[in-house]
Amino acid sequence: MAAVTETIEAVQSVAEGGYKWGFETDIEMEFAPKGLNEDIVRFISAKKNEPAWLLEWRLKAFALWQTMEEPDWAAVDYPKIDYQDAYYYAAPKNKQGPKSLDEVDPELLRTYDKLGIPLREQAILAGVEGAGDSPSEGRMPIAIDAVFDSVSVATSYKERLAKDGIIFCAISEAVQEHPELVRKYLGSVVSQADNYFAALNSAVFTDGSFVYIPKGVKCPMELSTYFRINAKSTGQFERTLIIADEGSKVSYLEGCTAPMRDENQLHAAVVELVLLDDATIKYSTVQNWYPGDAEGRGGIYNFVTKRAACRGARSKVSWTQVETGSAITWKYPSCILQGDDSVGEFYSVAITNNRQQADTGTKMFHIGARTKSTIVSKGISAGRGQNTYRGLVKISPKAIGARNFTQCDSLLIGDECGAHTVPYIENRCMSAKVEHEATTSRIAEDQLFYCRQRGLTQEEAVGLIVNGFCREVLKELPMEFAVEAQKLLAISLEGSVG
Amino acid sequence: MLRIEGLTAEIDGKAILRGIDLEVPSGELHAIMGPNGSGKSTLSYVLSGREGYEITGGSVTFNGVDLLAMEPEERAAAGVFLAFQYPVELPGVGNANFLRTALNAQRRHRGESEVDAMQFLKLARARMKELSMPEDMLKRGVNVGFSGGEKKRNEVLQMALLSPKLAILDETDSGLDIDALKIVSEGVNALRSPEFSALIITHYQRLLDYIVPDRVHVLMAGRIVKSGGPELALELEASGYASVAA
Repeated sequence: MAAVTETIEAVQSVAEGGYKWGFETDIEMEFAPKGLNEDIVRFISAKKNEPAWLLEWRLKAFALWQTMEEPDWAAVDYPKIDYQDAYYYAAPKNKQGPKSLDEVDPELLRTYDKLGIPLREQAILAGVEGAGDSPSEGRMPIAIDAVFDSVSVATSYKERLAKDGIIFCAISEAVQEHPELVRKYLGSVVSQADNYFAALNSAVFTDGSFVYIPKGVKCPMELSTYFRINAKSTGQFERTLIIADEGSKVSYLEGCTAPMRDENQLHAAVVELVLLDDATIKYSTVQNWYPGDAEGRGGIYNFVTKRAACRGARSKVSWTQVETGSAITWKYPSCILQGDDSVGEFYSVAITNNRQQADTGTKMFHIGARTKSTIVSKGISAGRGQNTYRGLVKISPKAIGARNFTQCDSLLIGDECGAHTVPYIENRCMSAKVEHEATTSRIAEDQLFYCRQRGLTQEEAVGLIVNGFCREVLKELPMEFAVEAQKLLAISLEGSVG
Repeated sequence: MLRIEGLTAEIDGKAILRGIDLEVPSGELHAIMGPNGSGKSTLSYVLSGREGYEITGGSVTFNGVDLLAMEPEERAAAGVFLAFQYPVELPGVGNANFLRTALNAQRRHRGESEVDAMQFLKLARARMKELSMPEDMLKRGVNVGFSGGEKKRNEVLQMALLSPKLAILDETDSGLDIDALKIVSEGVNALRSPEFSALIITHYQRLLDYIVPDRVHVLMAGRIVKSGGPELALELEASGYASVAA
């Protein structure tokens, strides 16, 4: 869709240099009282008009969280978070689930416009007609769910998708409309007890997307969620649940931005994917939360748990992530390869510039026979950024003939940054084959000069070389996103050389 | 017109160019010959603006503007092209993407409109045919996995597409077999025009059979010790550099 391709240009004109998504929307908000306790959990649940079972589920998570310790094993360094000094619920006023875009505050729509996210049905419908059923024209429609702070403000294309039996809506809406599906699958991949941030999310999650693709259905368009943190001192805890039934197929994209602030804000999301026999999910992320300034003031703490359960035979999940934002990224999208012949893929680009820190990677659990996994990680460190790849490949005794291939490449720009690779391999199966390759390199002076001699500026040269370095990952992104991601990489590295 | 006056330059405190005086009028091709270590490559890098060389004296103007005050990319946009002795590999960067990015960067700099993908492909295919290059070279990573000859032909392709006003060929003939040498020479000759000039740096007279220069200069120990017509190259081939120095 042209509109998404043009996102960067549209937004670039908003501000010169630096982070271009840092504006704040002035809109009347409703907050829960500051701090975190059982009453807040009850408050959120009541706001969402949730059934009793879900409140119980949240309270159990909260009780668990209180007994847990914040993990400290990642190679990231940040001051202690005061969990009582934040708001856990912030919503644009009277947004009890707008029924149509007409009910959405125009200020919100303007915000998404400014971000280049086309929510208006009109624009989208125009896109459909213009699509001419030909994806090669680059005008494939994309259905979008937009999450603003704690609530989903609009979901497009719902009716078109419903014709195929596809459910795509805010998870708070799914709780009301499809409680049996939510109850069956919520927490079935990432339990409330999974880890500290997942427990916190389970207690206070506010919104996120829900997708169900019925048996045998290939989703006719890309599904996308756009996350925006706007309110001050607010944590964002979204929860996404995607269920791909037997033989179904879906491609899902998520994008994220936040205003520039001197304070750190917590984003602790949980994403659960469930795949039954022969199902395929392609999950792509372009994460561009505010990274903080050059001195490391402000920025988002992105502490996210993402996991896919390949329960069915021959199911296939592919995670592709481009992580350019956030002050700290702590994220390991993982695959539980339970079904025989199931396939897990992880393609990642992580950039740390200035004072950013990223500790990211994946976990591949090979349980079923002949399960296969591929890991391609590209870490780019510039400024004083620290970039760690941390990955686990675990092969159980029953995973006869399992295979894994891992490739971790690090690129260093400048001499004050760091790249670290921490691969764990646990193999309990004689017939399994595990390969690991790793490289570390620098952008060479002769490469830069070669590009500049041909007319590129230093920054264009860095952008080109970095995009080349990331090519194997970027080619996994849906085309429109790939264009956006390429530009984003260049922007994220502005000022990193000379 | 390229005008070099009293140019001196050093690397890490070691003098390499010790006072170069040279004029290359528009429309002329000049050859620079000399033994290893005479400063030929340094001259090409200093003219194109590579870092690491300290200019200690003299001046260089190209069509009246001070070349030494410009960034490498500004020199490129002004029409200076260096065909590298060792073309650099850019893994993952498609050759077509690179060439079009470079072309458009220069066009933008000159205030010209950008060339779209279709126009570019048309242009590139035509030039590649002339240079007997297989089309798949556009899809491959820049110079990645290219043979020595392919890399040099790729340099000439870039030159043909960027149509510079001043081309500096730094030992473009080294490592080429005779067929490749002919193709590369044809590429250079095709650019000849009253607005085009070239500095052809070479060890051997061989290349000059195919690209006939207007003038030949002998560079030794950082100075031009002798200049003459094309016959000077033949003389050097016959009797060696030592005789010139004597």
